[in-house]
Amino acid sequence: MSDVLAITDHRRGELRDVSYEIITAGRELADETGGDLHLAVISGTVDDFAEKLDREGVDAIHTVSDGEEFNHGVYTQATTQLYDELAPQYVLIPNSVNGLDYAPAVANGLDLPIVTDVVGVETDGETLTATREMYGGKVETTNDLEGPAVVTIRSAEWPQAEGTGDASIESFDADIDEDDLGSTVNGFEEVAGGDVDISEADVLVSVGRGIEEEDNIPIIEELADALDATVSSSRPIVDNGWLPKNRQVGQSGKVVTPDVYIAIGISGAVQHVAGMKGSDTIVAINTDPNAPIMDIADYAIHDDLFDVVPALTEEFQ
Amino acid sequence: MKILVTVKEVATVEDEFEIEGTAIADQYLGEDLNEWDDYAIEEAVQLQENGVADEVVTVTIGPEDCEQTIRQALAKGADRAIRVWDDALEGVDLLDVGAKRSILQEVIAAEDPDLVLTGVQSGDDSWGATGVSLAEELDYEWAAVVNHLEHDLDDGIAAVRRELEGGVEELTDVELPAVLSIQTGINEPRYASLRGIRQAQRKPLDVQTLGDLGVDESAVEGAVTLTDMYEPESESDVTVWEGSADETASELGELLRDKGVAP
Ligand SMILES: Cc1cc2nc3c(=O)[nH]c(=O)nc-3n(C[C@H](O)[C@H](O)[C@H](O)COP(=O)(O)OP(=O)(O)OC[C@H]3O[C@@H](n4cnc5c(N)ncnc54)[C@H](O)[C@@H]3O)c2cc1C
Repeated sequence: MSDVLAITDHRRGELRDVSYEIITAGRELADETGGDLHLAVISGTVDDFAEKLDREGVDAIHTVSDGEEFNHGVYTQATTQLYDELAPQYVLIPNSVNGLDYAPAVANGLDLPIVTDVVGVETDGETLTATREMYGGKVETTNDLEGPAVVTIRSAEWPQAEGTGDASIESFDADIDEDDLGSTVNGFEEVAGGDVDISEADVLVSVGRGIEEEDNIPIIEELADALDATVSSSRPIVDNGWLPKNRQVGQSGKVVTPDVYIAIGISGAVQHVAGMKGSDTIVAINTDPNAPIMDIADYAIHDDLFDVVPALTEEFQ
Repeated sequence: MKILVTVKEVATVEDEFEIEGTAIADQYLGEDLNEWDDYAIEEAVQLQENGVADEVVTVTIGPEDCEQTIRQALAKGADRAIRVWDDALEGVDLLDVGAKRSILQEVIAAEDPDLVLTGVQSGDDSWGATGVSLAEELDYEWAAVVNHLEHDLDDGIAAVRRELEGGVEELTDVELPAVLSIQTGINEPRYASLRGIRQAQRKPLDVQTLGDLGVDESAVEGAVTLTDMYEPESESDVTVWEGSADETASELGELLRDKGVAP
C-alpha cells in the first residue's frame, strides 16, 4: 500500500502536457511513500502513448485498450479495477475537464476521499498534505487527510518529466461493463474560429470584469486602436456576450504569447493565466494590489482603469 | 420532469483582508450567489418555460443568513427551495466533497428528480467535484462542464456539449436521470423582476436538519482537514508604477515605445 497510480490524459491522438507533469508529481510522492510509480493510459493508441510516457521515474505503465476517446464510464471502471489490482496508496488524476468528469466517481466508488486542483502535495507515508487555493487564488490552504486518497493535480504546476525510463509496459485487461456506460461521445467541435486570431497579435489589450458594463467596452477598443493592438478578454466578457468567443484568452479559449499583454481589470484566475502566462511582457492595470495577476505581471498600475485607460489612449492620439 | 438545482451562497473577499486561523476574518467577507449556480438556475427555469420541466426545486446547505441569496433563485423562477442546516454544521470551516455529497444525496434521493443541475464549481472553495460524486453515489449518469444542453430531452437522453480545454467542445449524449455541472456562458442569467422578488417571498422554503434527512452528524466532519490558510508567497518581481493616472499611463507608453510595439 505504498505505490502511486497516476492516470494520464490524451485527446484526439495526442497526450496532453499534464500527462508528463503527473509523472513528476507522482514520482515525488512515490519517493515519499517509498513505493513505485505506476502510470495508466486508457483508450486510444495506448502502445504508442506508453512508449512516449516511458520517461525517467516511471516504474510501470499499464495500458487499457478499450475505447478510442475519453469516456468517463470507461475511465472510471478501468481506474477502479487498476486500484483493486495494484492497491496503491494514492491515485493521481489530472485536474483537467476530463479529470473532473471521472476522478470524483472513482473516489466515491472506492470510498476514498478526494482533494482536487492541488498545487502541491506531500506525505509522510500516513498523512497526505495537499496545498490548494481558495477564493480564486487569493489564499492558499493546506489540507490533511489520512490513508489512501484520490488527488487531482493542477496543470502546469509540476515540470514535465524528461529522459527515457525503463518502465515495464503491461497491457491491463479491464473488464468494461458496456451496459453501465450511460453516456456516448459523438464527436468534437472547434469553436472560437472567425475573423480574428488573437494568438497572432503582437500586442493584446485584454479586458476583464473590471470594465463593469458593455457600454464601457469602447474605451478598450479606442485604446487598442490608438496602439494598433488587438482586443482580447477574460471569460466573463465573452460569457456576457460583450465580445465574441474568439477573443477569449485562457484554458477554454486561446493560448496567446504576444510581445506585450495588457491585462485590464482582470484578476488572474488560474484558467485565465493558463492562456497568457507565456507572454513576453505582462502589464496589469488593476485596483487590487493583491490580485493574483500581480504574481505574473512584469509591470503594474494599481489604479482605476477608468482613469488610466483614457490617459493612455490620449498618449497615443 | 422535475429538476433539482444545487445552489450555494459563496463568500466573497475584499481586496484587502486578514486571515484569522484557517479562515478569512469575517469583516472582510461578503456573500453572493455562486456565479456558476446562477447559470444552472437559469437553465432549469428555461427548461420549465419551454415546457420540458414541471418543477424546479433548489437545494442549499447553509445557515439562515443565506436565505436572501437563496430566494434570488425563487425570484428568478424556481418553485421551491430546500435549505439544509444543523447545529452540527455550525463552525465547520470546511465541508469537503464527501461531506457535501452525504448531505445532498439524501435530499436528491427524497426528491427523486430526473435532472440535477449543479455549478461546475463554487467560487470560494472550488472543489469542482460534488456533482459527479453525487451522480456516482445515486446511480445517475453525469457530465461535467456542460456549456450547452438541448432542451428536448427526448427518449430520456440529454444531448450536451462539454467544454474542453483549448476551444474544443465534446458532443455527448447522457442518459437520464443525470447530474450535469453547468458552465458559465451556457445562457444569459436573467435579473429577477420586482414581481418575481415579491412572489419569491411566498414560495416555500423548507428547512431540514441532518436528523430530518437521516444523515449521521459524523458525516460533516469529512476526511479532509483544513490545517492552514495564508496569502500565497508572491514570486513576482513586478515593477509597480506609482503616481497619477497621467503619470502611470506615460510610464506604460514609454515601455511600449521601448519595446518598439507602439505606433
Ligand atoms: C472550467 C473553467 C474554465 C475556465 N476558462 C476560462 C478561460 O478560458 N478564460 C478566462 O479568462 N477564465 C476562465 N474561467 C473563469 C475563471 O475562473 C475566472 O472566473 C475569470 O477568469 C475571471 O475573469 P476576470 O478576471 O475578468 O474577473 P474577476 O475575477 O471578477 O476580476 C475582475 C478584476 O477587475 C478588478 N477591477 C475591478 N474594477 C476595476 C477598476 N475600476 N479598475 C481596475 N481594476 C478593476 C478587480 O480588482 C478584479 O481583480 C474558467 C473557469 C472554469 C471553472
